[in-house]
Amino acid sequence: MADELPEDVQSWIGKECYHEEGEFPVEQGYIWTTCSSVENGNPIFWDEEVAEEITDGPIAMPTMISVWFRPHLWAPNRTKQAQPLQVHFDLKESLGLPEAVMTDNTIVFGEPVRPGDRLKTCQILHSVSGPKTTKLGTGRFWEIEVRYTNQNDELVGAEHYTGFGYKRGE
Amino acid sequence: MTTQYNQLTLDRVQEGQPIPEFAYDVTATTVVLGAMASRDFRPMHHDKDFAVDRNGVQDIFLNTPNQAAWFERYLTDWTGPKGRLGRIQFRMKNSVFPGDTMTFKGQVEKVSTDAKGCGWADVSVNLSVGERTVTDCTARIALPTDATDNPWKRRGENWKP
Repeated sequence: MADELPEDVQSWIGKECYHEEGEFPVEQGYIWTTCSSVENGNPIFWDEEVAEEITDGPIAMPTMISVWFRPHLWAPNRTKQAQPLQVHFDLKESLGLPEAVMTDNTIVFGEPVRPGDRLKTCQILHSVSGPKTTKLGTGRFWEIEVRYTNQNDELVGAEHYTGFGYKRGE
Repeated sequence: MTTQYNQLTLDRVQEGQPIPEFAYDVTATTVVLGAMASRDFRPMHHDKDFAVDRNGVQDIFLNTPNQAAWFERYLTDWTGPKGRLGRIQFRMKNSVFPGDTMTFKGQVEKVSTDAKGCGWADVSVNLSVGERTVTDCTARIALPTDATDNPWKRRGENWKP
């Protein structure tokens, strides 16, 4: 694997890209399904009176922030499968690294996300490492930030991911 | 009838204090439900052949957003509903597979009040399966400073996680 990054990858570093709106408004059903998946009985998600008292009405689990931007696997007139965190997949393709995993994840939470919110996002590639070899294979680490805002342009969260794209060892 | 709940306040928290341990037996359903709830349709979270042949691991495994949801649930079970997550960071070293019993163990690392009067507990959480550490997590969670305080009411300049 060459040490130097391809020009296209170098040009992506530090630039905001993939400004997108969520495909659907924040949805109560997904909030309950996610709470159910981790058996989270926090009454702010299940009891309207508690939600009104504590959070001024229903909100989503804060850690669901990325859920609202995972595209439908299929949609009419879509010719190419949409991917969440598209920069991650662009890197895999451009660097010729067929496999990838996420290793680190930091989320900072802002305004609460509420059912009916229409969220917007953008992605920023911050860095790409030189070649590294781990137990999974040889590849590169990269750092991506995803910012999320609501329909009032308030920051509802920011995520920082570290990904490792790799080719499996022989 | 309104749900009754317990609420932790900042004055009842101190550095070094353990957070009650929590263990959960993971099944394939846990993994697949978590992936679908977070709209993560990537095959390594529902297709064992793909996980083994392409990712080189033993089985399907918990996805990142669902791990985050498990950490949130663990922390707010401890704080009560007025506990408000400000920041969470985790490093995944291994994966959680069906058949694993995952165990969450946490500890308070720091207790503070910021310039705007918001009370914070900085905590560390270790997610392990047996002797194997899966994920190390740190989090910053706001706690009411007294019975009348509520971090969820903070907005704008008064919320600095």
